[in-house]
Amino acid sequence: MGKTLFEKVWDNHIVDTVDGGQEILFIDRHFIHEVTSPQAFDGIRKRGIGLYDKHRIVATADHNVPTKDQHLPIKDELSRLQVDMLTHNCEEFDIDLYGLGHKNQGIVHVIGPELGVTKPGMTIVCGDSHTSTHGAFGAVAFGIGTSQVEQVMATQCLLVQRPKTMRITIDGELGRGIFSKDIILYIISKLSTSGGTGHFVEYAGSAIRSLSMEARMTICNMSIEMGARGGMIAPDETTFEYIKGREYAPSGQQWEEALAYWSTLYTDEDAVFDKEYVFNAEDIEPMITYGTNPGMGMGITQHIPTTQEVERPDNLLQSLQYMGLTPGASLLNTPIDHVFIGSCTNSRIEDLRIVADYVKGKKKADNVQAFIVPGSKQVEAQAKAEGLHDILFEAGFELRGPGCSACLGMNEDKIPKMEYCVSTSNRNYEGRQGPGARTLLVSPLTAAVIAVEGKVVDPRKYLNEEALA
Amino acid sequence: MEKFSTLLSPAIPLIQENVDTDQIIPARYLKATSREGFGEHLFKDWRFDEQGHPKSDFILNNPEYSGSILVAGENFGCGSSREHAAWALVDYGFKAVVSSYFADIFKGNALNNGLLPVQVSPGSLKELLAEVQSNPMTLIEIDLEAQLLRVPEIGIQEHFEINPYKKTCLINGYDDIDFLLSQKEKISAFEQKHIEF
Repeated sequence: MGKTLFEKVWDNHIVDTVDGGQEILFIDRHFIHEVTSPQAFDGIRKRGIGLYDKHRIVATADHNVPTKDQHLPIKDELSRLQVDMLTHNCEEFDIDLYGLGHKNQGIVHVIGPELGVTKPGMTIVCGDSHTSTHGAFGAVAFGIGTSQVEQVMATQCLLVQRPKTMRITIDGELGRGIFSKDIILYIISKLSTSGGTGHFVEYAGSAIRSLSMEARMTICNMSIEMGARGGMIAPDETTFEYIKGREYAPSGQQWEEALAYWSTLYTDEDAVFDKEYVFNAEDIEPMITYGTNPGMGMGITQHIPTTQEVERPDNLLQSLQYMGLTPGASLLNTPIDHVFIGSCTNSRIEDLRIVADYVKGKKKADNVQAFIVPGSKQVEAQAKAEGLHDILFEAGFELRGPGCSACLGMNEDKIPKMEYCVSTSNRNYEGRQGPGARTLLVSPLTAAVIAVEGKVVDPRKYLNEEALA
Repeated sequence: MEKFSTLLSPAIPLIQENVDTDQIIPARYLKATSREGFGEHLFKDWRFDEQGHPKSDFILNNPEYSGSILVAGENFGCGSSREHAAWALVDYGFKAVVSSYFADIFKGNALNNGLLPVQVSPGSLKELLAEVQSNPMTLIEIDLEAQLLRVPEIGIQEHFEINPYKKTCLINGYDDIDFLLSQKEKISAFEQKHIEF
């Protein structure tokens, strides 16, 4: 029997199998950031052991950093302490750090791929659940807790139970104004926030193959939002083209050898998955969430479910009470207070281009505060070079420095209580963007159109014939 | 890590489903650089109002309920990988969480901190929640060695699954890192022949 893409990569990293079926999995790359690493460094110190291999670790500061005045000392004392501690730990253990102000600094899941650190066939971990992003390159990438961060630092391995496999196939062509963010929000709305638990997902089908790397990353990024351990896409010409020439990409003879190996990373025809789902791209509308988990999403022209339409009406009512919304209602024309474009889901150059393309020559609505937080210093620099910054600035968007920002509100970028934020991020949990904040998850295009209109609208009605085809 | 054998305790019922780690501990409390003290912020926004006063309608603030077992709705611990969620539950005094489903990363984090995730059937969970809600003094027994959850009052005796290796770790208070460190030779030998680009 053939192997799935996941099995090929996973099996290639098994050091040993121990009692009870746990496997010792070798980890090729370990990304760390300021929030989930301090206790791990502490553990290494207390045990009096060193790192297994400092060259396999890449560090950046992202979760806690301010997005304004990044050149000044961080005002929040606890945030500053955490960021300083990362710097100190990286100095002590001699780890490459892309700290605040460095030209490569940014959200860990944005900088890994853009530097060419993320490559097909690798195992990649980070103390962050959105590590699944890197699966877009055909890597086995997943989030871990801090105890595991310490394990990887000390031994370059994890003791893990092999997940089950799932394939989600999306065939067909996406309609105009519909993007990869809509695909993944659609899938999660069908499978629920726990539908992928215990599984590693492979995304396949013609609609996935036609996507750019940025768009594929958006999909893999949100695998965790359906509970999946990770998500991946078989590498192809699009992948190789993206990697070629990047700072840590192989070159010369090594590039040829890498290509030969990477080209073997696909699911064999006779491989069997534990679970399979098939969806049609034509069924997907621009998506928006109405509730307090990413599974509570719908097509933007649809209605919020009624209490009769759900299994647990009490959960629906609790969510809608928090959101200030009514069962059975439409979200269309709901006034919006904030538009946030950013996060490891949608802060890459392509996302900024989509927003800039739409808002060029337009103005954001007066009732909306719109801000854009690029995923990295490199994205920021490229956006400036392409003139996107000027377009966005003239449209009334506030442009910030890179970081995780209002996706999780660890820094000062918080959405005020009871205000609505249309957001390109990944989680609409209660309080995620600030205590009492109400989050509606959408694609960058939908966010751009809503920023201009000041209320929830169907973005397809605002597109010119020639635009965004 | 503290050793775990048998637990006999009343339980606190948290009926919400899909409790995510942002509710267990909101991101703004992740700024500490040690593992201690997170219990204070457990379920912060459900437990306290903006002035920091306890909200009387939240279960942890109801003096009738106590104990070191949390019985929670399906899919507990979804979302972020923050181990701070497990640290907060342990620091608050919980030793086990019972639910019909756990998110993967949370489950791993819990096990790495001596907090036992006990997965029961949806039917049993429903019965358990109802019993604990109406009779706060009902004792729940969790026997890790026998992998059994017992509530004699309502005739529940349910087997739960746990990886045998993880079970040994919990019973003896070992963590994975000790084991992995003992495997370093094998790891180095693997790395010698491991091809990567």
